[in-house]
Amino acid sequence: MDLTLTAEEQAFRDELRAWLADNQPGPAPTGGDQVQFEFEREWQRKLHAAGWAGVSWPKEYGGRGATLIEQAIFGEELARAKAPRPANVLGLVMGGPVVIAHGTEEQKERFLEPILSAEEIWCQGFSEPESGSDLASLKTKAVKADGGWRITGQKVWTTFAHEAKWCMLVARSDQEAAKHKGLTYFLMDMEQDEIEVRPLRQITGEAEFNELFLEGAYVPDENVVGGEGNGWMVAITTLMNERAGLGASAALGLANTLDELVELAKERGRAGDPIVRDRVARLKIGIEGLRLGAMRALTATMKVGIPGPEGSVAKLQWSATAQALTELAVELGGVDALRTDSPWAYRFLRSRANSIEGGTTDVLKNIVAERVLGLPKLR
Amino acid sequence: MDFDFNDEQREIKSTARDWLASRFKPEKVRELAEAESPYDEALWSEMCELGWPGIAISEEYGGQGLGVVEMVILLEEQGYALAPSPFISNAYAGALIAQAGSDEQKQRWLPGIASGERRAAAEFTNDPGPVVGAAKGSVVLVLAEGEGAKLVETDAATLEALDLIDSTRAYFTVSADGGDPLPGAVAPAVDVGAVAASAELVGVAARALDIAVAYAKDREQFGRPIGAYQAVSHRLAEMLWDVEEARSLLYYAAWCADSQPDSLPLAASMAKARASDAGCRVTHDAIQTLGGIGFTWEHDIHFFLKRARVSAQLLGPAGQHRDRVAELTGLEAPRTG
Repeated sequence: MDLTLTAEEQAFRDELRAWLADNQPGPAPTGGDQVQFEFEREWQRKLHAAGWAGVSWPKEYGGRGATLIEQAIFGEELARAKAPRPANVLGLVMGGPVVIAHGTEEQKERFLEPILSAEEIWCQGFSEPESGSDLASLKTKAVKADGGWRITGQKVWTTFAHEAKWCMLVARSDQEAAKHKGLTYFLMDMEQDEIEVRPLRQITGEAEFNELFLEGAYVPDENVVGGEGNGWMVAITTLMNERAGLGASAALGLANTLDELVELAKERGRAGDPIVRDRVARLKIGIEGLRLGAMRALTATMKVGIPGPEGSVAKLQWSATAQALTELAVELGGVDALRTDSPWAYRFLRSRANSIEGGTTDVLKNIVAERVLGLPKLR
Repeated sequence: MDFDFNDEQREIKSTARDWLASRFKPEKVRELAEAESPYDEALWSEMCELGWPGIAISEEYGGQGLGVVEMVILLEEQGYALAPSPFISNAYAGALIAQAGSDEQKQRWLPGIASGERRAAAEFTNDPGPVVGAAKGSVVLVLAEGEGAKLVETDAATLEALDLIDSTRAYFTVSADGGDPLPGAVAPAVDVGAVAASAELVGVAARALDIAVAYAKDREQFGRPIGAYQAVSHRLAEMLWDVEEARSLLYYAAWCADSQPDSLPLAASMAKARASDAGCRVTHDAIQTLGGIGFTWEHDIHFFLKRARVSAQLLGPAGQHRDRVAELTGLEAPRTG
């Protein structure tokens, strides 16, 4: 057991820190979603120019080939520097890795570089109004047509749909096959008239997500990933990519917010309040528990290929702590913190999604019960 | 970065798991818990032959010269087995003397503590009264004295058995005049004591979870194993969360004690707060999972609940440690008076 960084890890961190110090992105601009998005795109271009965009990607595909620990360091350092997310976050953490794992040589050649450079933005079309946690029940239909497929149906919770060039889409290509078997993974060009994008106004009042209405949208055969009928297996890869390595940088992000909460408690004269102290300490412990659990899971993954049981609870730890943190903040901040223009009100409302997005707490507990504890399935 | 045990540590862990499982079978633990004294001197001698009492004491004093990480491995496994033994008290006494004792005090007491032949016991400072585990049979006691600690030979002290709900360990109140003060500051060793108690709590919680999971797979009601119902399976998932989060914080605190002492105060209090809660909650939830049988004397689970409750109090309950965590997170101490 050695929690200090190795010489290589230290060098990786020092190089990154030095680069971040010279390339401070600065505060996010005001002026609406489009301005914000261009700011994030510019930030990704900077990362890419310095070779930091695809930090987890293998070197042969333009990445840095970082180890899992280095990826965690990367996430922590960017959180520490309060850097914005890169514009093409879904392409970087899901699209690229899926193409690398399951794509053809032609697909790798065609798709990877524009993901890194943020030239082509990616979005995801998995969830449907009737298929959330039970993703494999999805109904969007893909029918063979002129060297490709025509896709009809409805998708929901699609981020960046307005900006995106490509959509990672799972649709039912075989109506007769069993639930999980009849699905295919497509890379769908978003620039076509058969796709209608409608913003989905959310609890915060903004529209971070969209609905997609597909009326015979076309995807050529060469944009099928992993072969016809293998969509479930390919999609699972992307979901795993979504969860892996989340813990360390998520913990750092929460630690930054906790610092602000501590300042808020002091400003409001509540630093000596035993109840506030107890709740702040619980948050601190939750955040450190998340960070340390992530480090254990990364070590296990590097050694034996899969994380231990500690990895299975990371998402639960994160969502519970993030929500409790913002709840305490709006309580401490009083009515001021509930004004519609208060950052705390925004964070409080946005964090309601944390226990739903990327796997609901309810479903994750089923997964822990069945796969980690080996309990029988109810179904 | 390698947040996992090395080969030697892994070996220590598997040896401990096997040895404890063979010596402290559930029927043996029950026999000891129901006996006059919960300690089996023959088993203590075997533990001494394995070199356990001196695991974290330097070789200069006859110990193995390993660290708190290795000690924590042994304690977690003892908690898992719910092994009645004077180990934790002797180990904590050793840590206090090694930390704050004079050379003379170390030379006089540490070799006996390391070999286990002349063992010591320590007061786990507590509110409302002092609690000492395994005082009887020890030759020297380390007692709290103001901000520091003092040594009192057991013969010179008045021991009174303290009959706590946890019968898997002996507890005493001690009164003694005079004594030989430890000249140094004890704080880092007190933190090590809190980490030791946390290790035991994590082991207790992990075992209670295993017992509950096994029962939930086996017990059928309404035509299905109860573990298929989400009301039960989700509670078990939350118990795993408790155990694993406490374990991550525990291992980190143990590593800090050995390798990054500046971080120990915060790490130790985070570990003790989390492990105390996990130990209490998981043993409680295990009883809930077991239903009626869990409330009987006949089932072993109550021994785990009782041990967890008492260990959670040792060196301060969760709330006390959270107050320190708050302090170390940037909230200044509350005004007094």
